[in-house]
Amino acid sequence: MSFVPPAPSPLIPAAGHYGEFGGRYVPEILVPPLVALEDAFLRHRDDPSFRAELDELLRRYAGRPTPLTRTRRFLADTHTVLYLKREDLLHGGAHKTNQVLGQMLLAHRTGKRRVIAETGAGQHGVAVAMAGALFGKEVVVYMGEKDCRRQAPNVFRMKLFGARVVPVASGSASLKDAMNEALRDWSESYEDTHYLVGTVAGPHPFPAMVGAFQRVIGEETRAEILEREGRLPDLVAACVGGGSNALGIFAAFLDDPGVDLLGVEAGGEGLETGRHGATLARGRPGILHGMRSLLLQDEEGQVQESHSVSAGLDYPGVGPEHAHLQATGRARYTAAEDREALEAFVALARTEGILPALESAHALAAVAREARDEPERARLVVVNLSGRGDKDLGHVAALLDGEAGR
Amino acid sequence: MSGRFTRLFRRLDGEGRGALVPFAVLGDPDPATGARVLETLAAGADALEVGLPFSDPVADGPTIQRAALRARQTGTTVARGLELVAELRRRHPELPIGLLVYANLVHARGLGSFYARAAAAGIDAVLVPDVPLEEIAPFAEAARTAGVAPVLIAPPNAPENTLEGIARTGREYTYVVTRKGITGVDRGEVDPSATVVRRLAQLGAPPALLGFGIARPEHVRRALATGARGVIVGSALIERLEKEPASLPDYLAELRAATILP
Repeated sequence: MSFVPPAPSPLIPAAGHYGEFGGRYVPEILVPPLVALEDAFLRHRDDPSFRAELDELLRRYAGRPTPLTRTRRFLADTHTVLYLKREDLLHGGAHKTNQVLGQMLLAHRTGKRRVIAETGAGQHGVAVAMAGALFGKEVVVYMGEKDCRRQAPNVFRMKLFGARVVPVASGSASLKDAMNEALRDWSESYEDTHYLVGTVAGPHPFPAMVGAFQRVIGEETRAEILEREGRLPDLVAACVGGGSNALGIFAAFLDDPGVDLLGVEAGGEGLETGRHGATLARGRPGILHGMRSLLLQDEEGQVQESHSVSAGLDYPGVGPEHAHLQATGRARYTAAEDREALEAFVALARTEGILPALESAHALAAVAREARDEPERARLVVVNLSGRGDKDLGHVAALLDGEAGR
Repeated sequence: MSGRFTRLFRRLDGEGRGALVPFAVLGDPDPATGARVLETLAAGADALEVGLPFSDPVADGPTIQRAALRARQTGTTVARGLELVAELRRRHPELPIGLLVYANLVHARGLGSFYARAAAAGIDAVLVPDVPLEEIAPFAEAARTAGVAPVLIAPPNAPENTLEGIARTGREYTYVVTRKGITGVDRGEVDPSATVVRRLAQLGAPPALLGFGIARPEHVRRALATGARGVIVGSALIERLEKEPASLPDYLAELRAATILP
């Protein structure tokens, strides 16, 4: 089985527009490098030697294919049959590795000696640092100062892989500001530097390219569930921050109208509190980070800070294809609050012996809520377990201590 | 359309000078001080470019980011910023004023409504630094409908078809960027390539103003030697404002002396 999506991929829309969303809203100086990147991606993606090398990396370096695990106890009190797509078992501990290897190989083959990235929780930064070590690239990761403190172990991991981590103090000192800083770096450095965007957001071609490299999650899931259950799932669910793991698993089911697609955003402390990351639920159309998408913003268009217990969902924007899938009704989106995600995190640990990433725990929480709302309803469900929860242990321990002390 | 910038360039041609165009963030460091800064600039320069503070100024370096943050923290909203311009306009009926505004502030208000408000405040031209030529059409159309000139940025790496598009779409002036990167003074040597300026002139583009990294009289002279019709001075000026605001009139005079063509 090939891990690289067959060409031509239907995921490259004209000029990067998904309905009214997407596009390329960047300073003029970044247009030529983005056009060159799009050309390089289309050319190399169809090159058999590129595909063979990426296949090899995904298989023998990253550990693909990942298993599809049928849960035994997590929803045993309902008629839901739940499978987990185990991206948590991928090298690096999250689905990020899939597309990082794709872009890193592209950067390598187009002669870039330096790779820059933005990171929020640090998972994407770690994946880039890891792949940069493998390919001998100079890696610079921009990370909000606040996130550097919250995610200190990941900063250390990146440094171990030889990357330079640059704390970003401007703005809200989190993911969106790290992305601004990476774009600023790239405006100056594009000749010898690849900007390795971490999700299906940003200017065209990033949403399409990252989506194409993550599609492997959905392709594997679809093939295996058909083999084991003899039919397609009723529901496929995934968490949505920028949206790459969700798009990766959705992609293979978009043309199957019978498969319900559910994206789960960060409900934070509750949508009504204003402290959340639920862009699809509460955002308005706007322009940020090179794309027209939904955006958490105030009345006059200043971008607002998002809030989530999980740094990976803490982003005031969302990939343009998700905004489009919501607008067309092909996918539906809901939110899980911090508290629900934390409960699901603990529940999966206790019932299945698996520690999910706090991000993925949002998807589990939403599916568990639906299953318990209609316990008699027999449904075949797949949740993309996009990452493992080891990175969250310190954070979760502090939160649970806080609750115990109350 | 013959606007204030066009009339300025005509007058300066007669005087044998290039235009000195300072850039300031509206309401920096606070609305009252910011209004006085605009007066000082208007007194010592030929035209102004002013920026509305935005949460995510992706085309700007640390200096202008700091300025935008100060302005927002002291209460300069879009409405307040445009009021500052309107006050300036009342006192200087012939001063050419360009506005730099990030796309989302235009978009959030609705394009037509935003440009109409800009026109009502007395703004001559609007530049949206994160909207390149390929996405400019609705912005340029809304601008022209409101009687405001759309201004585009020509970077050093722009291919021929982009320069053609800029020449076709822009009005009043063209912002020619002297080097790669973002705004700021010490981010690499200024190398005002004459090629882009010459090609834009051949294509009939609006007059070129050169910006990015211009801080000293010799930068001004080198920029004008390319055939550009003026310079935009942003970060260097804001650094002055931060460190020794009293020296601003002298600094402007020094730069302005360098705009006299040899």
